[in-house]
Amino acid sequence: MTAESKAKVRYERPIIRKMNSGLMNKFGTRTEYAPTSHIDSVPVKRIIQEYGSPCFVISERTLRKTYQSALRAFKTRYPKVQFAWSYKTNYIDAVCNVFHQEGSWAEVVSGFEYEKAIRNGVPGNKIIFNGPDKSTDELKRAIENESLIHIDHFDELYDLIEITETSKKKAKVAIRVNMDVGVYPLWDRFGFNYESYQAWQAIVKIMNCDRMELVGLHCHIGTFMLTSNAYSVAASKLCDLAYNIKLKWNKSIQYLDLGGGFASTNTLRGSYLPGSDSSPGFDDYAEAITSTILNFGFKQEDLPLLILETGRAMVDDAGYLLGTVLANKRLSDGRRATIMDFGVNILFTAFWYEHKISPAQEFTHHTEEMVVYGPLCMNIDKIRESVSLPLLSRGDHVVVHKVGAYNMTQWMQFIAMRPNVVMIDAKGEVHKIRERETIDTLTGLELKPDHLKTFKL
Amino acid sequence: MKLLSNIAVSESGYLFNPTNGDSFSSNAVATDIISLLKQDKNPDEIKKAILEKYDVEKSTIERDLDEFLQELRDNYLMDGDVR
Ligand SMILES: Cc1ncc(COP(=O)(O)O)c(C=O)c1O
Repeated sequence: MTAESKAKVRYERPIIRKMNSGLMNKFGTRTEYAPTSHIDSVPVKRIIQEYGSPCFVISERTLRKTYQSALRAFKTRYPKVQFAWSYKTNYIDAVCNVFHQEGSWAEVVSGFEYEKAIRNGVPGNKIIFNGPDKSTDELKRAIENESLIHIDHFDELYDLIEITETSKKKAKVAIRVNMDVGVYPLWDRFGFNYESYQAWQAIVKIMNCDRMELVGLHCHIGTFMLTSNAYSVAASKLCDLAYNIKLKWNKSIQYLDLGGGFASTNTLRGSYLPGSDSSPGFDDYAEAITSTILNFGFKQEDLPLLILETGRAMVDDAGYLLGTVLANKRLSDGRRATIMDFGVNILFTAFWYEHKISPAQEFTHHTEEMVVYGPLCMNIDKIRESVSLPLLSRGDHVVVHKVGAYNMTQWMQFIAMRPNVVMIDAKGEVHKIRERETIDTLTGLELKPDHLKTFKL
Repeated sequence: MKLLSNIAVSESGYLFNPTNGDSFSSNAVATDIISLLKQDKNPDEIKKAILEKYDVEKSTIERDLDEFLQELRDNYLMDGDVR
């Protein structure tokens, strides 16, 4: 910018907007468009200058704050509570370790995630091993480490019976239970069904095997559950199983694991209400679960530990995606379209959510409705179908909100490479926590057979 | 190519077309362009004026002005061809 241009007025694309007298602006107040120029007091512009665009940003302060408010919601209602960080939601080590520092155990669903938790330093007996895919070697290792193995199906149960015949240690196991909680479709493909007594059959098998100890009961009833009542139903069915185990074998179950599934404050695609209005919140979920367990009639000394594997509700709010406008265009039907430098390749959750997008700099109050596209040469690459935003010009920066869950694990290396991820610590210092990929990251994995090394054109 | 002569324009960027009752709000740059059109300035003169007042690249205002004039036409605020 020259000295002369500094004195000039800030430019904004000229627009006119037709006014419909008598009709309120359907987007209501303008707060949506308030710029997000800073994240935890760090200028967005500075982060983009140093780490490039696009760039994911995680607020350590928000991670801890969210964890503490979730913990408080449960601890103030129930004496024994334990969170286990659901690795698949965001398994960047720095993120996991914030939760481990706060006291979270690890919840993993693959050998890869298991290894990550071990490398992060989580003690074996504080790792919950979930999921339908556990190899014999992985099971052996989990038994040796005294990890909590959550059995998903009968084949795995038979594997364990066989493995434990020769293992030095007993296996500490729980079963995953699926059930009707009044929310459809039922998630009945994972675990053993409650209503058909399949879960009870599995329990009987485990209780009859003296090389396994049944330490817990687990369920994960779905994700983004908008009703806390579903958790009351789930908790009461797990309590019922625990009660019957006590009755039949005089054995107290050590823990009930209610899984994850709490809704974050994101807005689901196509939903009428913004997510902040429709998500029940930690207190509601906690009340539903803890009051059910407390009222079930356990003796004080039999009251099980309550484990929660909360994923998205724990981390969504702490994640931001910074990006830049690549181009503006007008579609054949007259609508405005804005093309960003990030697409569904890295913002996978754009398939589920209407993510809030804010400009990163001040604008006038003028807005226009637009489609927001990513940069991929693919029709599916749409970030928002219709959103009202200020008059963004090429090169302007934007901030996408609440992207902490599932993006940094489900992102695809497709057409473009994955960008830097940084974390802003509680003092406002910025740390790179995942390096952007380079062409070498990718071609380094490829091998060319001799006869395909050269060609003439 | 001309702004329709009976369009009323207020200083705050409010436009009114008495022929069909349409009214419009406009932002600052749009208000300036419209008042220049009212003074019968041609596109080159308009660009020059905007470049002098605003912090904007020449290529940007060229593109934006073309599109804006088209938008005025789409809304029946101008007659004639934009080109
Ligand atoms: C077994 C298990 N626990 C916890 C979670 C985390 O769920 P959420 O992110 O909905 O809280 C998942 C996610 O799919 C899961 O499969």
